[in-house]
Amino acid sequence: MPSSAVKIVGLTKAFAANRVLRGIDLVLNSGEITVLMGANGAGKSTLVKVICGVHAPDAGSIELYGKPFNPTTPSAAIRAGVVTVHQSINDGVVPDLDIASNLMLDRLAEPGSSFFINKRKIRAEARKIAADMALNFDVTQLVSELTLAERQLVAIARAMARQPKLLILDEPTSSLSAIEAERLFELLDRLRESGVAILYISHRMSDIRRIADRIVAMRDGEITGVFEDKPLNYESAVDAMLGHAMSDVDLDFKSPGTPMLKLDKICLRRGSEPISLDFYSDEVVAITGLVGSGKSELADVLFGLSKPASGKMTLLDKEYRPGSSESAIKAGVFLCPKDRASNAVIQGFDITGNITLPFLSRYSSLSFLSSAKERDIALGTIEKLGIVCQSEKDGIGTLSGGNQQKVMVGRWLSQESEVLVLDEPFQGVDIKARRDIGQKIRDTTKGRVTIVMASEMDEVLEIADRIIVMGEHTIKGRHQNSNIDINLVLAQVAGLAAADELLVN
Amino acid sequence: MKSETNKSAQDAGTNKPGNGSKLTDFVIRYGFLALLLGMVLFFSLAAEGFAGPYSAVFIFQSVAITGILALGVTATLVVDGFDLSIGSIATSALMLSAYVMVVWEMNAFVAVAACLVMGAFVGFINGILIVKMRVPDLLATLGMMFLLIGLQRIPTEGRSIATGMKLPGGEVANGKFPPEFLALGRHRLDFFIDNLIPLSVVFLVVIAILVWVFLELTRHGRLMYAIGSNERAASLAGTNVNRYKIIAYMISGVLASVGGILLSARLGRGDIASGNNLLLDAVAAALIGFAVLGAAKPNAFGTAIGALFVGILLQGMTMMNAPYYTQDFVKGAVLVVALVFTFALSGRRGGGHT
Repeated sequence: MPSSAVKIVGLTKAFAANRVLRGIDLVLNSGEITVLMGANGAGKSTLVKVICGVHAPDAGSIELYGKPFNPTTPSAAIRAGVVTVHQSINDGVVPDLDIASNLMLDRLAEPGSSFFINKRKIRAEARKIAADMALNFDVTQLVSELTLAERQLVAIARAMARQPKLLILDEPTSSLSAIEAERLFELLDRLRESGVAILYISHRMSDIRRIADRIVAMRDGEITGVFEDKPLNYESAVDAMLGHAMSDVDLDFKSPGTPMLKLDKICLRRGSEPISLDFYSDEVVAITGLVGSGKSELADVLFGLSKPASGKMTLLDKEYRPGSSESAIKAGVFLCPKDRASNAVIQGFDITGNITLPFLSRYSSLSFLSSAKERDIALGTIEKLGIVCQSEKDGIGTLSGGNQQKVMVGRWLSQESEVLVLDEPFQGVDIKARRDIGQKIRDTTKGRVTIVMASEMDEVLEIADRIIVMGEHTIKGRHQNSNIDINLVLAQVAGLAAADELLVN
Repeated sequence: MKSETNKSAQDAGTNKPGNGSKLTDFVIRYGFLALLLGMVLFFSLAAEGFAGPYSAVFIFQSVAITGILALGVTATLVVDGFDLSIGSIATSALMLSAYVMVVWEMNAFVAVAACLVMGAFVGFINGILIVKMRVPDLLATLGMMFLLIGLQRIPTEGRSIATGMKLPGGEVANGKFPPEFLALGRHRLDFFIDNLIPLSVVFLVVIAILVWVFLELTRHGRLMYAIGSNERAASLAGTNVNRYKIIAYMISGVLASVGGILLSARLGRGDIASGNNLLLDAVAAALIGFAVLGAAKPNAFGTAIGALFVGILLQGMTMMNAPYYTQDFVKGAVLVVALVFTFALSGRRGGGHT
């Protein structure tokens, strides 16, 4: 019988009139992974912030191994053994230092650690930490040279180095590939065995199925369901989180219209297999594959951010060679980029400013902006996508993650396009917002090529008419979604199909 | 006016997660303007002769040049840059205009044109250093500052330029500052009272309005703010980031040289030692501007108010016989208070992310 590590009783927290947490009772056991599910805005992040010392609760108590635990600062929480890996990766690493220094940063910051830095010793200890986690990094490498996924692993490794009693992970896999995520899960398995209590926040069903010992569902600041009887009832957990049953998506598959965009022997890098692919109007093509499979490179080529090593693109029977994002937009090719916080959101602007940004020349005459035109477009987009806000002048930062993502997608739906590329449009949004966004994308495909880059199979199956699997910077498989062999798709994604072919030959 | 309602909406929105107290919001938005008003009232009562048209005009005149420079810095701050070379661009324009008129004996028009071209060129080079050579903005413009301070001394071997001076070659410079050039800095327009408003004040007001219109009402200004907030996102939305950054530094360079021309016209000689305070005063005005109306971002209106604030404070203190050497201390104190206004009080917008 696992012992309770953390006991939360009657926790409440309000920001002004907004009661974000309305009496949370929650027990987290040692040696157990508790998955916390909740829609955007349910109060998950606030709960985490209270536990890790960022916010003080208004009422209620937290006990850590039977002792009252009232951290006033994040560092107090860490000293007490509560370690959090936050969603935004760059909070967890210092890009300009090498991996070793990052892993040992907390040791360096401890009072009483020696004044001079012993590089060799630090590197040796860092290598040990990395080895414990089965990370084969060169620890002298700078973090700024790592990919986002690798940085996330370093951030998590750094949290492990503190030997936590309670480890909180806030959507740790949202930018990891399946293989990298599996490395993380193996690590979590080991931590669970060593008796650490783990609170794991995620929207990804595949994560939850893989690691959850129990599921706690949260909605509107309250716990709406605790599921711990094996086998775990995932459907009920989702229902408890949403407050109503979620139906499966019924896709009415669209027949492709006219061919609009042709890729002719495009080589994404020198030496990679050429890609030849036709895109038709009205259909949604999902491109899936692991991180590093070439999806992002293809998006970059389509949007003029980089040039293919060779090959030719034709858009509406004319050669299409965008030299920049500016010229791509002019040609009617839009890209809704992934990682909205770093690539899309203008924090200083309100909702209107964020929606109208790429098309300001269309809302201005002689360079003078027309606020009436901007407002019309913004109100239309808010209405169309069901963005929850007080007014179109709300600061973008006041919106929940799902609503921010709706604004970003709405930005590119607010004007007609020939080709719309959406790179991971469902990143970090809950299932409700995901369905809303997906529905809106599918509703508007008439007369346009729609390409969705997604690595999650659930998302791909929900949105696509046609599915292209990419790997090693080329196409590994082509499927129609209507009668799809999911196992074959998954094998192609993992690169297994290619291996099979090699064996046959 | 849209921009202001925008700002208020943003403030109201972003402050919501805090305790949302209306008083704090009010203080953040109008605190600095209230302080300005209170200061004017105080000096009007305490210092005889403070409240009058001549005193007001004097204040405006004293801040005209730094105000124009500060508007230039504001343009670079908007794209999340910084221009440390404005002071030296202004003094270079001062020396260049004097050299053109006194040594080369050319007319006022050529002198003004040469200065404006020089300012635009230096701004362009700053932009290229930052955008293409990837030199961080502070370092690039710091380097440019040193370069210009040195360069402006070379032609005259470090001496000031005045009619009748001896040139390094031995001959005597016979050119003069033509009256139409001097008028730029000295002429006063009639406004109810004869000879009331100096031309330089008119320049300040016109430039402030132009910069405000450009930043707040045009799509170019909007895109520059977008670049300042999230450069990568702006670029992925199709903005030519490099071009706008270079433009920002060119605006800064041109406005700094306008300041230099006005200084030259006021002094009537190429004084090698003037303009030392221009950089710090202008930067202070632009940063104080962050606090005006709770904008918490660089803005033209705030910059103009910031420059005025410092001017009124110094004039008032002078009239109350505060010694001159306390001025820099007072300016520094005002700047620190303004920065507290901006970052501590309204800084909760940043607090949400940490």
